Amino acid sequence: MLILTCPCCGQTGEETEFHAGGEAHLKRFGPGSSDDDFQGYLFMRENPKGVHFERWRHVYGCGKWFHAARCTMTLEIFGTYPAQTLEPPKDLCDKISGKRPGWSWRTFS
Amino acid sequence: MSTRLATHGRLLNKDRAIRFTFNGKQLKGFEGDTLASALLANDQMLVGRSFKYHRPRGIVAAGVEEPNALVNLGVEGHFEPNQRATTTELFEGLLATSQNHWPSLEFDVGAINAKLSRFMPAGFYYKMFIHPRPLWKHVYEPFIRQAAGLGQAPKGRDFDSYEHFYPFCDVLVIGGGIAGLHAAKAAAQSGAKVIVLEQTAHWGGRAPVDGGEVDGKPVDNVVDELIAELSEMENVTLRARTMGAGVYDHGYVLGYERLTDHQPDADGPRHRLWRIRAGQVVTATGAIERPLSFAGNDIPGVMLASAVRDYVVNYGVCAGDRTVVVTNNDDAYRTAIVLKNAGLTVPVILDARSLSEDSALVAEAKAAGIRVMMGHGVSKVLGGKRVTGVAICAQAGEGAVLEEVACDAVAMSGGWSPVVHLWSHCGGKLIWDNNFAMFRPDVDKAPKGADGAPFVSPAGAANGHFGLMELLGDAHAMGQGAAKAAGFEPKRASAPEGSCVDQAPMAPVWLMPQGASVALRSKSWLDYQNDVKVSDVQLAAQEGFESVEHAKRYTTLGMATDQGKMSNINGLAILSDALNQPIPQTGTTTFRPPYTPISMGAIGGEARGDVFQPIRRTPMHDWHDANGADWEPVGQWRRPYAFVRSGERVHDAVMREVRNTREHLGLLDASTLGKIIVKGPDAGKFLDMLYTNVMSTLKPGKCRYGLMCSENGFLVDDGVVARIDEDTFLCHTTTGGAESIHAHMEEWLQTEWWEWKVYVANVTEQYAQIAVVGPNARKALETLGGMDVSKEALGFMEWADGSLGGFDVRVYRISFSGELSYEIAVRASEGQAFWDALMAAGEDLGVMPYGTEALHILRAEKGFIMIGDETDGTVIPQDLGLHWALSKKKEDYLGKRAHTRTHMSDPERWQLVGLETLDGSVLPDGAYAVAAGTNANGQKNVQGRVTSSYHSPNLDKGIAMGLVLHGPDRMGEVIDFPGTDGKTYQAKIVSAVFYDPEGEKQNV
Repeated sequence: MLILTCPCCGQTGEETEFHAGGEAHLKRFGPGSSDDDFQGYLFMRENPKGVHFERWRHVYGCGKWFHAARCTMTLEIFGTYPAQTLEPPKDLCDKISGKRPGWSWRTFS
Repeated sequence: MSTRLATHGRLLNKDRAIRFTFNGKQLKGFEGDTLASALLANDQMLVGRSFKYHRPRGIVAAGVEEPNALVNLGVEGHFEPNQRATTTELFEGLLATSQNHWPSLEFDVGAINAKLSRFMPAGFYYKMFIHPRPLWKHVYEPFIRQAAGLGQAPKGRDFDSYEHFYPFCDVLVIGGGIAGLHAAKAAAQSGAKVIVLEQTAHWGGRAPVDGGEVDGKPVDNVVDELIAELSEMENVTLRARTMGAGVYDHGYVLGYERLTDHQPDADGPRHRLWRIRAGQVVTATGAIERPLSFAGNDIPGVMLASAVRDYVVNYGVCAGDRTVVVTNNDDAYRTAIVLKNAGLTVPVILDARSLSEDSALVAEAKAAGIRVMMGHGVSKVLGGKRVTGVAICAQAGEGAVLEEVACDAVAMSGGWSPVVHLWSHCGGKLIWDNNFAMFRPDVDKAPKGADGAPFVSPAGAANGHFGLMELLGDAHAMGQGAAKAAGFEPKRASAPEGSCVDQAPMAPVWLMPQGASVALRSKSWLDYQNDVKVSDVQLAAQEGFESVEHAKRYTTLGMATDQGKMSNINGLAILSDALNQPIPQTGTTTFRPPYTPISMGAIGGEARGDVFQPIRRTPMHDWHDANGADWEPVGQWRRPYAFVRSGERVHDAVMREVRNTREHLGLLDASTLGKIIVKGPDAGKFLDMLYTNVMSTLKPGKCRYGLMCSENGFLVDDGVVARIDEDTFLCHTTTGGAESIHAHMEEWLQTEWWEWKVYVANVTEQYAQIAVVGPNARKALETLGGMDVSKEALGFMEWADGSLGGFDVRVYRISFSGELSYEIAVRASEGQAFWDALMAAGEDLGVMPYGTEALHILRAEKGFIMIGDETDGTVIPQDLGLHWALSKKKEDYLGKRAHTRTHMSDPERWQLVGLETLDGSVLPDGAYAVAAGTNANGQKNVQGRVTSSYHSPNLDKGIAMGLVLHGPDRMGEVIDFPGTDGKTYQAKIVSAVFYDPEGEKQNV
């Protein structure tokens, strides 16, 4: 059971307090988008062995959505940040680079 | 024969005899006995039958690794199968029976399987029971089901109670042996909060049995002193009878405390599940001795050498008068010496090794006058239901018998394996240790915590250190290291000095004798509980099951309730040998929690009966209960299915309620319907994205029905939206959808449109809501008085705030029944009073409450869809003929893009229609309509299914809705619905609106 820190209310809690919400930083494609783009948005997901960005909701706490950078191998949590962003914060990316040199995830590295 | 000794028995209180019953026999033991030691004291060598071949089996071990001595314990609500006799503490009146035999333990018909064992090798069931297919269901499956399983499943309710416990600590030490206690002390001296768990009732582990000295004091005394010292420390919690069951992510550990198993009359819960959050975990879980693989190694009387020693020292019980010791290491010599010192006979020690010079223990045994045969082993064990002797052979040969020695017990030792289970549960890696022929923790590859740093450290024998000297040094270092990792400064203290006994190296012996014939190998057991032999694993390898995980599943090696604690390494070694590769290359199977089985009761804890799941009650719940409510669970709510009067059947009540609502006046408790406030300057824009139709154009004071789709395009919820003011909307959802739709709104607002100025709040429980339905609805409200509810003042799909009968109300003129209908919301606290006022006002108007089934029939008569009936997560609005609710003007809304995908716009999608049986009967709910021809599996093709089906009392016939291929174009056509009752129902495709198609009744 993971331990996560909610970046919105600052509380650290265990997994039962949170709800996993799948991959982070999906770009929404709506009416007028190509079939490929829409299918990619709906169904295609990363499945990395290593650094991963995912969505969580502090559902039994402050109720806020946030993002977490996590290693799927060791379960290390590199950091969490509010969901109202299109990309992970630079200091977090730098921190991950310190621990996992050469990492990349989708267009981020 | 096995018997009680006059001397020995350090754990016994011989002043207190305890009576117990095994298979109906009255037997006697002492306080401090385990069921296993007491059975052995009574010469009960035979304790069970094996799983597959029903071979006679006796006690092999003295601890949790015991594979054979599984018994049924207790009766009725205290009955529990598969309890290990070796970990069951004896208590007055204990009632045990053996398992897996018929008609009796002594004479078991199933033993015929043993005679047939040549024809039942590994994979027998897979190979035998596949063909011909038709035999599977009626012949093979019943046969296998009857044969499968060891104990019986308990019937009825468990009389005992259980609880959960949520402790936190800096350092958790699992294992209260000499290593665990020292690690705990080293950690606790830093000030860290320490919890120590010990699975048995006694502290010190094996050390008091094996002896030795610490800092010049006997190890026995050292354990007592340590316990006294740790008990005094405020930052230390010691718990015996508590097993570390599993280690999970980020320092989460499950402990399993057995509180009253040994004192069933005591008050309080039987088991307690410790859900521990630990900063650091030290696994001081010790080691388990391995058996040797020789023919007949499963005959009752063949035991682990360490167990033979434990029974003598701890319980004053000897397994036999004459015990042959067979070993590949020095440790088993301790058993021979203990037996000799207890005045028993050890005819010979068979040592598979060839040592150039005697080690200290070998020399001590020889000096005690014990005959030692180096380079020899057991060709086979003689005897059936108990050991009568062993045939000796050279280890190097093929088993030619050199000599037969009479004996009644065999003490075997194949070396030791560290207990690495807890280390491995959360990803700790292992390395192969050639010196001891064992896997031990690779301390450089420890499980990682949230911060990426290791959080588990193994200590003592669990870390592959066996001598007291190095074991204590390791435990001390690991305890200090754990405290440091948890953020504490360990006290400067040096490790205690353990005494040192030089031992000769062990020699790996995986098969005895080395070149054993097929006949011998097929009597050499690896896994006692699941009856897996050396020959089975070799066969698996030969048949291509080369991966250890495949070989495990094919042979079932290690898949029994003991999870292969004794058999694992021996099995791997045999497999590696058969594959001609080193053991580390074969690798191990996965260790999964729990370490030993834990009770289902402990997992459930208090969550059973009334507190299993909290029930949500509307403000009128008690009134419903007192007025005949037949309850129906709807999510966590309870809603009245119908209000049943005395002498009435539920169905009759439903029919009465439907008719009365159409003819007079019905009241429905609609409080459970979701009510969500959406507020802010962008509220309209937001709802336009959520609903498929336009909500932003709704005028304050008006209501509009809307549909919500997921981004996949599937219909997820529906309901009426009321615009309260320019900035505020109130969205009604289905009862089950209130929480999920609220979460859905939050998700889109927080993660996609976070710059939009909108707040949402779920106010479902803030209001009691009552639907007042029927031709007399307006009259009832006028009787209460206080506001104008006329057609002119409050038209259909309008709402108004006001007062009725002195209550502040919000009245929505909406209808889910096709009748004149008002849904009235009041403060939740006034719900019951308002309900009473409506019942009183309606008394002369024919008022009756109605339940959810009447609600369903009323809506089905009108062809209104119900989320969860007409939809199932794969249905889109177009399937239900709801095109009118899909905005063409809006550029975007959730689901709009998905509706343009090829499959969504496929004209072959089944469409909603009404269905009427030709004979007026009720179509079975969920039935499929069949079409001509068959599919690839030989099943009939289908062309539709029933989504809702009822008897309509107003129309006096069965009415149904369903999704049918090209349905709307096939009006009047008759299609066939085969029922599960063998009948075929014929139904005509009709309009889904069965009642008042013009809508005259609601528009008055």
